[in-house]
Amino acid sequence: MLELVWLIPVLPLLGFLINGIGYKVLPKSAVAIIGSSTIFGSFAIVISLFLGIINGTMPITTINFYDFITVGNFNIPFSFLIDELSVLMMLIITGVGFLIHIYSAGYMHDDEGFNKFFAYLNLFIFFMLLLVLGSNYVIMFIGWEGVGLCSYLLIGFWFKNNAYNDAAKKAFIINRVGDLGFLLGMFLIAINFGSLEFATVFDIAKGLSPDVLGVTALTGITILLFIGATGKSAQLPLYTWLPDAMAGPTPVSALIHAATMVTAGIYMIARSNILFTLAPVTMGIIAVVGICTALFAATIGLFQNDIKKVLAYSTVSQLGYMFLALGVGSFTGALFHVMTHAFFKALLFLGAGSVIHGMSGEQDIRSMGGLRSKMPITFATFLIGTIAIAGIPPFAGFFSKDEILAKAFEVSPILWVLGVLGAMFTAFYMFRLLFLTFFGTFRGTHEQEHHVHESPINMTVPLIVLAILSIIGGFFNVPNVLGGSSNLGNYLKPIFENSMLIAESGVHALSHETEYMLMAISVSAALISIIVAYIIYMSKKIVPAADSVENSFVSNLVYNKYFVDELYNNVITKPLDVLSTTFYKIVEKSGIDGIVNGLGRLTIGTSKYLRLAQTGNTGGYVLMMVFGLVIIILFGLFIKI
Amino acid sequence: MYGLILLFIPSVFALLALFSGKSAKSVALAGAVLQLAFTVFAFYSLSSTAEFSFSTPWISSLGISFSLGQDAISLVLVFLTNILVPLIILSSFSGRPYSDNANFYALVLFMQTALIGVFSAMDCFLFYIFWEAALIPVYFIAAIWGGEDHIKITFKFFIYTIFGSLFMLLGIIMLYLQTPAPHSFAFADLANVQISSLVEGTIFGFFLLAFAIKMPIFPLHTWQPDTYTISPTPGTMLLSGIMLKMGIFGIIRWIIPIFPFAFNDWNFWLVTISVVGIIYASIIAIQQKDFKRLVAFSSIAHVGLISAGLFTGTLEGVQGAVIQMFNHGINVVGLFFILEIISQRTNSREIFSLGGIVHTAPKLAICFVIIMLGSVALPLTNGFAGEFLLLLGVYKYNMWLGAVAGLTIILGAVYSLRMYKNVMLGEANQTTQNFKDLTITEMAVLMPICAIVIILGLFPNLILSFTEPVSQQIVSYLAENSYAISGLLK
Repeated sequence: MLELVWLIPVLPLLGFLINGIGYKVLPKSAVAIIGSSTIFGSFAIVISLFLGIINGTMPITTINFYDFITVGNFNIPFSFLIDELSVLMMLIITGVGFLIHIYSAGYMHDDEGFNKFFAYLNLFIFFMLLLVLGSNYVIMFIGWEGVGLCSYLLIGFWFKNNAYNDAAKKAFIINRVGDLGFLLGMFLIAINFGSLEFATVFDIAKGLSPDVLGVTALTGITILLFIGATGKSAQLPLYTWLPDAMAGPTPVSALIHAATMVTAGIYMIARSNILFTLAPVTMGIIAVVGICTALFAATIGLFQNDIKKVLAYSTVSQLGYMFLALGVGSFTGALFHVMTHAFFKALLFLGAGSVIHGMSGEQDIRSMGGLRSKMPITFATFLIGTIAIAGIPPFAGFFSKDEILAKAFEVSPILWVLGVLGAMFTAFYMFRLLFLTFFGTFRGTHEQEHHVHESPINMTVPLIVLAILSIIGGFFNVPNVLGGSSNLGNYLKPIFENSMLIAESGVHALSHETEYMLMAISVSAALISIIVAYIIYMSKKIVPAADSVENSFVSNLVYNKYFVDELYNNVITKPLDVLSTTFYKIVEKSGIDGIVNGLGRLTIGTSKYLRLAQTGNTGGYVLMMVFGLVIIILFGLFIKI
Repeated sequence: MYGLILLFIPSVFALLALFSGKSAKSVALAGAVLQLAFTVFAFYSLSSTAEFSFSTPWISSLGISFSLGQDAISLVLVFLTNILVPLIILSSFSGRPYSDNANFYALVLFMQTALIGVFSAMDCFLFYIFWEAALIPVYFIAAIWGGEDHIKITFKFFIYTIFGSLFMLLGIIMLYLQTPAPHSFAFADLANVQISSLVEGTIFGFFLLAFAIKMPIFPLHTWQPDTYTISPTPGTMLLSGIMLKMGIFGIIRWIIPIFPFAFNDWNFWLVTISVVGIIYASIIAIQQKDFKRLVAFSSIAHVGLISAGLFTGTLEGVQGAVIQMFNHGINVVGLFFILEIISQRTNSREIFSLGGIVHTAPKLAICFVIIMLGSVALPLTNGFAGEFLLLLGVYKYNMWLGAVAGLTIILGAVYSLRMYKNVMLGEANQTTQNFKDLTITEMAVLMPICAIVIILGLFPNLILSFTEPVSQQIVSYLAENSYAISGLLK
């Protein structure tokens, strides 16, 4: 199988090239087939790799293609690493990616940019695969920046709208802030380890013990890498681009801003787990940032009325849980949640897309209601996704969230309490969304009501597949305490082995009784939230007030997302603009160039007076000549060169 | 011998063009293409760069010889020149006031001769002659076909660069007098000259002044934005694409071998000032309204990063500087050409008066995106490897300077995307609604540029491995000739 590995990223690249070059001539159906089948081809190869790994017939391999950048002894090969982690990520990327391609064929059917859209999607998959396939940080960085570019292109896909273009620009620039962290982290690795190859770096790191090694260097490296991760995975304080990124077509939100690209930061940290485990300070920071983001975004989600914005803040919040998992050392838990989240969040976004499609572009849940009967498949699948994310057993979200919370409790009960609180918020805003959208009476216009319809089959089939995955996804890693055998944990064991050995010393495993207790509490907390949401939005039939209505200070603060965007605008964007103008008008024009022009004027001015010495009077010239000679002689006498 | 031929082809065709009236542009293009073809042929048929060299006594009484020679780094710049000149000529083919002017094409080709001379001269006197000779054609191009205020601005440009050059001339003479009698201007003799550290520092300063003005390095850059903006675009391309590399090349060829001690003494301040320049110019670029001026400031930032890396004297920095000299030339010429196409069709360089061009000109948009990504150093475009190595070099040299210099990747995205968004995206307005997409000639210029952006993005080692031995020599030479090691010997 290994000889086909290069095809995994190349197939989507080919799809991009064919659809990109032929975007004017190819019919939509051909474009959709080319776009989707290339992804399916990659998916098939990945499946066979996966089977090879679990059957033990496929060794872990690094495949070298050529030397990308070489300077002296420092060599960065263009090479791929095929192991448990990269294959798992590729399964998610190509599997979910394929479903979203199919869905897009229906969703974007009437869009004039259909062909371009498919070309961009394929390009995105190409870069995302590079990101997880790279056997060193530079190849990962190529994918990392590449997916940022595709995200930029796809957020601003409807480029006539300048607000969308601004959202796209914002996403790219904020991501670049994170990328700088990543880049500097790489430099520090290169300087300390002399290589950027995962195998080399981790082998050296493995031999270090926390007491001996340059602790500051490792802490520095991991903090810088983590800054990179906060950009791409939308964590505090760099999360603000993700909600705006909803400007893109909905399949983009599902693919890039929920299931794949935003999990790149988690992948990067999980990949570098040994470095992070050796830097406990960084681990603490990650856990705190993760839980803060999870709570912060969840509270914003409580008050949003745009169906996609709710899901966007929910994504930020769920990513926070994944970082919490990384921070408490549960790398498997983080990846488990990456996987289940990819299923149910892609499902929810696609479901939202189906609703928007049916509602002719409407996104405000205050204008929806009662869609249950009109869009039965969308409703049923959306309900499954909602239950999954709320953490109700035996749906997927329950298992992954439970694994994270249990581990958090081992490290610190406070983290666990906050985590459960976040889970309560999650259950509340998701059921609020569900009730307002699908239950009650229709609140939109007559035209919309007349027009509402269930989506075509190529949109509902992906919903059904994802719904099934959202139901059964959790069973891939049922913990021992519930009679399972932690399949995913065993599968990923080789990747996290060394970190486990280092971390094991300080941790005491929870007793089964405690674990049952924790589960019971978190599930009942979620149920209570659902009941509260039911009372408010179903029994009392409350609909959130229109934007014009005055709100209390707190809800106003939260509804406006704590004014973080405004804060950044006033603290960073505007001062930078002012600085730019000041530099140009004052420092540049009056200051530096002023001196240059001043020197010019000085020369002209001086000559204006000096020329008066040219009198034509011979006596004067002779006098000057004598002075000159005297000076030369004196100079020669006293100063020897 | 080959070096001499490379010098002659453009000058012969310049003369031909001068007397061929209306068909001057075809003659000029033919000459430039022949030059490129010959460069490629020479490159592949020669086994070593030594075979490019040529030397004959010229004014022997003064120890001046007509001596040419190329190492890998100068060959990269010769290649850059010979790739860009035909593209620049082709880009001037239609619709501009200079399009049918024989003088214009002759000037471009004379400029090419002078540039090749600068990159090949192994005699300092000869170098100086070519150095000044390169200024004359571009001065006339800017002065004759320039835009608003061109007399004043080109005058300032001319005086400013001459001011620096005269100091270099003074330095050359001082250095010449230090060589054992009978004196010599030959590179090898100058590099072996024994001088006190005070004299070395002084002459180093004189040379550096000339080179720094030409590049330009902050704060000696204020002639540049005006000159780039008002020059007709081929002039801007020559200035930004090739001519500024004369300054960087001067540092590599002349300053490092002759003044290694002074270089090592001063490099911290030079790296620092370069890094300041990167940030300063990037921040100014953010609020520029004229897109040509915006790219002019971004060019100061890019050159700042190149010089910062070079001044660190690390292998990463030097190799990064070499590859980035090439890539900056390609990208900046592409960008200026795209802006020229847009301003030609809309009569505007004001980014806020444009918008929506992408609707009617998708080909232009694709080329614009590719070249812009190269210029913001996105991986798999040509800008990445250079920027990566330069930043790594600066970071190795000093962590904090490296981190500050790294801000360029954010600021670069800010001003580039802002320009792209306002010019290309959004709704079309009255100026842009009938925008015509690229013509065949324009495609013929932009396709090779985009191809280079991607090919060198995929395979940066094509250049890196070629220049590595020379860069290694430079780095170890600097390491051996530092006061830190041999301070007592001097």
